[in-house]
Amino acid sequence: MEPIRTIESRTVVIPRENIDTDQIIPGRFLKVTDKQGLGKALFSDWRYDADGKPRPEFVLNRPEAQGCTVLVAGDNFGCGSSREHAPWALVDAGIRAVVSTRVADIFRNNALKNGLVPVVLDPASHAKLLAAPGAKVRIDISSQTVTLPDGTTASFPLDGFAKYCLLNGVDELGFLLSQEEAIAAFESKV
Amino acid sequence: MTAATEARRARTLFEKVWDAHVVRAETPETPAVLYVDLHLMHEVTSPQAFSMLRERGLQVRRRDRTLATTDHSTPTLPRLPDGRWPFFDAQNAAQVAQIERNARDFGVELHGLGDPQQGVVHVFGPEMGATQPGMTVVCGDSHTATHGAFGALAFGIGTSEVGHVLATQCLLQRKPRSLAIRVDGALQPGVTAKDLILAIIAQIGVGGGTGHVMEFTGPAVRALTMEGRMTLCNMAIEGGARAGMIAPDDTTFQWLAGKPRVPKGAAFDAAVARWRALPTDAGATYDREVTVDVSRLEPMVTFGTNPAQGIPVTGRIPEPGAEKDPAARATLESALRYMALTPGEPILGQRVDVVFVGSCTNGRLEDLREAAKVMRGRKVKTRTLVVAGSHAVKQAAEAEGLDRIFREAGAEWREPGCSMCLAMNGDMLEPGQYCVSTSNRNFEGRQGPGGRTLLASPATAAAAAVSGAVADPRRLVEG
Repeated sequence: MEPIRTIESRTVVIPRENIDTDQIIPGRFLKVTDKQGLGKALFSDWRYDADGKPRPEFVLNRPEAQGCTVLVAGDNFGCGSSREHAPWALVDAGIRAVVSTRVADIFRNNALKNGLVPVVLDPASHAKLLAAPGAKVRIDISSQTVTLPDGTTASFPLDGFAKYCLLNGVDELGFLLSQEEAIAAFESKV
Repeated sequence: MTAATEARRARTLFEKVWDAHVVRAETPETPAVLYVDLHLMHEVTSPQAFSMLRERGLQVRRRDRTLATTDHSTPTLPRLPDGRWPFFDAQNAAQVAQIERNARDFGVELHGLGDPQQGVVHVFGPEMGATQPGMTVVCGDSHTATHGAFGALAFGIGTSEVGHVLATQCLLQRKPRSLAIRVDGALQPGVTAKDLILAIIAQIGVGGGTGHVMEFTGPAVRALTMEGRMTLCNMAIEGGARAGMIAPDDTTFQWLAGKPRVPKGAAFDAAVARWRALPTDAGATYDREVTVDVSRLEPMVTFGTNPAQGIPVTGRIPEPGAEKDPAARATLESALRYMALTPGEPILGQRVDVVFVGSCTNGRLEDLREAAKVMRGRKVKTRTLVVAGSHAVKQAAEAEGLDRIFREAGAEWREPGCSMCLAMNGDMLEPGQYCVSTSNRNFEGRQGPGGRTLLASPATAAAAAVSGAVADPRRLVEG
């Protein structure tokens, strides 16, 4: 993983609550045995019509959405299944951070392992972003803050270890592998 | 904390299981290293984890704690006369072939297609006796919560974490908060565990359990069979909780006795003695508590596009106008638009095109019996798929003649698998169709693009099948 310190982008806003992982990537795209190219399937049933043609009204299909790396969504983003294909699809489509007032537990864990930053904001700060699609934001991992369109900043929670992994571009497995002695000792007890 | 104070402090079931699996305690800088007793696998969420092992030259650390099956991509039509499997497409076939190769290469025990024990992973694990009280159980599947019915701490993980467990038998975890759901009263005849969990989720919301492990307590939970308890815990994730748990008791121990991986004889007695120490201590506290009274609960059915959008089967489609919060109103409006349902109308009588009985939620023998009770001597008016959760369930159902009841009613009696729960294997709805389904998610397009799902119990699903519309199963079954 590449280290991530800041993310600066205009936002794409999907103001829906409870965007589930089946919407992020429908089940029929989970038949793969690798993780490449899943961005094509991102929000597939919202982005394309039954014939596979892009729906021009869907926000990700609009010209102004191109190049945006911050997705702002309604409450409880990523609920539903444990499919890591959801963050794989988002990252493959260029998304680096998802902003909501709540992010589902499994999705958050999966996102962090792929350098996708789950940003949970207080409702008032979140409302400012919902009201200003396309606004420029700056997410700073180190200070755990988002600079909002009105120039104010809002902070967001981030687990200390997850932050270390993001800032240094390392994954959790290395740490777990380094615990071999403790794991073996635990196993010998049980 | 010393061992002595640990023993004195009143703890919840969840805390006891958590504490017993901490390899390294959490600190502000690092999460806990949590040991995994049982790692279940299926074909969808494992291939990239095995690729990671290959890339990094790692092995499966504990093959004896790893158990795999195939269920999502597998066909539910029987094997062809030439011995091939009727996969829906080449990708399904390749995904199943990949786990077969990975299991061979890494020495993982796989009960795949053609194996008499193959089944939906959360039906198969308990049947194997692999899931036991007090264990930590993980699987790359959010419905791993099911196994909490046995007093295990069981939760879904992503594919990166599948790789972590394969390589180290451990996960990095922050300790979740605890949420007690106390269920008072007794379920009325015709009202099941499925109705109970739909009612709980309708009360707390789809994100209500986020960050928590749920423990279901109270007399109505104690009265449930193991099948009912699995249905309840299975859908904890639909309320946002990664895990649901139920304290083990005699119902649990009787169910487990004799299962292949459960200890036998004196070892079983010793295990039961250990398991009896697991239930939450008197005086232990939870971070949150919710109480539900089920004395007047009716069969439930969902009308919307998330599992919290459920109403009694005798109820009416809610009016978005009555919703004060604009975001909640928008959510309801969008759901009703997708479902093409009219606010204020009764849900009874709503047209149904397809009925699906099966899945890790309701694909067990007891579920099939409930559906058969309603279908017996009647004819289905919809396309109806009945899909046993495993070969063991299928054989047991056939031994008591349930398959004959389904076939004579005009339903399709299929081979085990996830099937139309998530429509990965070609069992799917046509756009615009309404399906009453015993599965767990009514998300947009879950059962096929444009398909519309109404979640319900097996009895309610069977009632819809023989009526061609949403129907009250209590009117179709004596007593």
